Amino acid sequence: MDAVVSAIPWGPVLILLPLAAGTTCFVFPSTAKTVGLVTVTLVPLAVAGLAWRLLAHGVYHHAVGGWGAPLGIDLQADGLSLLMLAMTAFVGFGVTLYATGYFKAGQSDRFWPLWLFLLAALNALFLSGDLFNLYVTLEMIGLAAVAMTALQGGRDALVGAMRYLLATLLGSLAYLMGVALLYHGYGTVDLGLLAARVTPSPVAWAALGLMSAGLVLKTALFPLHFWLPPAHASAPAPVSALLSALVVKASFYILLRLWLEIFSPMAGGVAGLLGLLGGAAVLWGSLQALRQVRVKLLVAYSTVAQIGYLFLAFPLAAGMGLTAWSAVVYLAFSHALAKAAMFLAAGNLVHFGGHDRVVDLDRVVQRLPLTAGAFALAGVSIMGLPPSGGFNGKWLLLQAAVAQGRWDIAGVMVVGGLMAAGYIFKVLGHTFTQANVPHEPSSVPARMEWAAMILACGAILLGFLAPPFLAVLAVGNPIAAGGLGS
Amino acid sequence: MSIASLYALVGVGLFSLGLHAVIVYDHLLRKILAINVMGSGVFLVLISLAGRGGNSAPDPVPHAMVITGIVVAVSATALALSLMLRVAAATGRAELGEERGD
Repeated sequence: MDAVVSAIPWGPVLILLPLAAGTTCFVFPSTAKTVGLVTVTLVPLAVAGLAWRLLAHGVYHHAVGGWGAPLGIDLQADGLSLLMLAMTAFVGFGVTLYATGYFKAGQSDRFWPLWLFLLAALNALFLSGDLFNLYVTLEMIGLAAVAMTALQGGRDALVGAMRYLLATLLGSLAYLMGVALLYHGYGTVDLGLLAARVTPSPVAWAALGLMSAGLVLKTALFPLHFWLPPAHASAPAPVSALLSALVVKASFYILLRLWLEIFSPMAGGVAGLLGLLGGAAVLWGSLQALRQVRVKLLVAYSTVAQIGYLFLAFPLAAGMGLTAWSAVVYLAFSHALAKAAMFLAAGNLVHFGGHDRVVDLDRVVQRLPLTAGAFALAGVSIMGLPPSGGFNGKWLLLQAAVAQGRWDIAGVMVVGGLMAAGYIFKVLGHTFTQANVPHEPSSVPARMEWAAMILACGAILLGFLAPPFLAVLAVGNPIAAGGLGS
Repeated sequence: MSIASLYALVGVGLFSLGLHAVIVYDHLLRKILAINVMGSGVFLVLISLAGRGGNSAPDPVPHAMVITGIVVAVSATALALSLMLRVAAATGRAELGEERGD
């Protein structure tokens, strides 16, 4: 059994399967739904196969076409990559289930190939081991994501997509400039080799600045978040879920890798700045979320706030690397599940009532109990209440903050949690009441309600899975190896 | 200063010029062109720093990167241009306007 499972090249399977499926959907649109569903069922199985191999044999390497690095392209996966792949597979499954009921004929033809290409690009990104490959996958993700944002075709969606495209291209180019400088300075783009070679020098500092700025723009950290709310709020619901849950995590993952493996000896002041911006993002994003009158914009601003939490870990990592980085990965994973569930639930509300104005939600709890439940459960994880994945992540982060006497960071986290409770209960409260203007609701397909529910339950269940989660993260651990101290 | 580092400096200059233009100008076509100028700047830096001095052959890896980068830039520009046309058709002008999301 082990010999068979470990012999299959899971890395290429994870990339080629969605790529082939996306092409099939493009050529034969009538088969799209079936092909999409089959693909997102097979991808988690492939991730499970990779997990088997990883737990049995340690870090996974695959030299594509037999050409090893530095000449060829190496695919590699450690515990961190595996968790990100699992996150993508799980969210992807839920969103696909939802999308089979959501899209009408015309949009559906365009959605499926784009989504499957996006899936291939995400998997490729999490399996990449060199900076240039990361750039290419990042661009593939960006182009697919922008095209999906524009899917609805209205004025808001088009302008949002255009702004998103300009931001994402700008970010990629800054990142690529950093890659060029690092290649010039150290003669390689392989992450492992760079980790051994990079020393604090002007070239490395310039690369650190350019790459961090580019990736921070793509991750939408305050104050570079301006493109996110319009793009995420005007996209179709399944697309918003994918953008908020997975796409922003992709650029954050690269930043995390760079930080852990290459730039760890020179973190210092930049980490403090990222932490400061993260704190500002938590407060500003939550404040804006509280002020929104539409559910989708509220959820989008909540993403801005939750991304802030991920950056709070950077200044804490110098003293307690292992705790802080584990917290970040935990937060990223549970945010993906909870935010996807929230956007899908918001999509159900729009489908149901024809609008997403918070005050005009009309007795949703009685008429769409599963959707309201999914929104509430996802909210539990976003607020960081136990038991949930969000709670575990915030608890670890809070531990790291308190142990180092960083009361400012701990304070921001607590205030952010209270504000999150504020904007989530604002929506939940109105789901119980009758609206002033009653409207004729249209029915929501059961699978769309269940898809949101499954993802929200995943975010809660993650709260019970801390030991296996942290054990997987420890496989080939770049966190412990990164010399950040723990 | 060698010719190669002069080219690299020009590349950095193009990158900065493009960055300036992308922020300053409102018209989408200008923004898209500015991003292309930035891209050319990065490619120039990559190519010019590929030389290994003396008579030895230049490093081929940056060339491969630039070719890949050009393919990416062409597809991104195509998407940007078609999106710009759709924006212009929907709003009547090829600008993003001032209404920011926050």
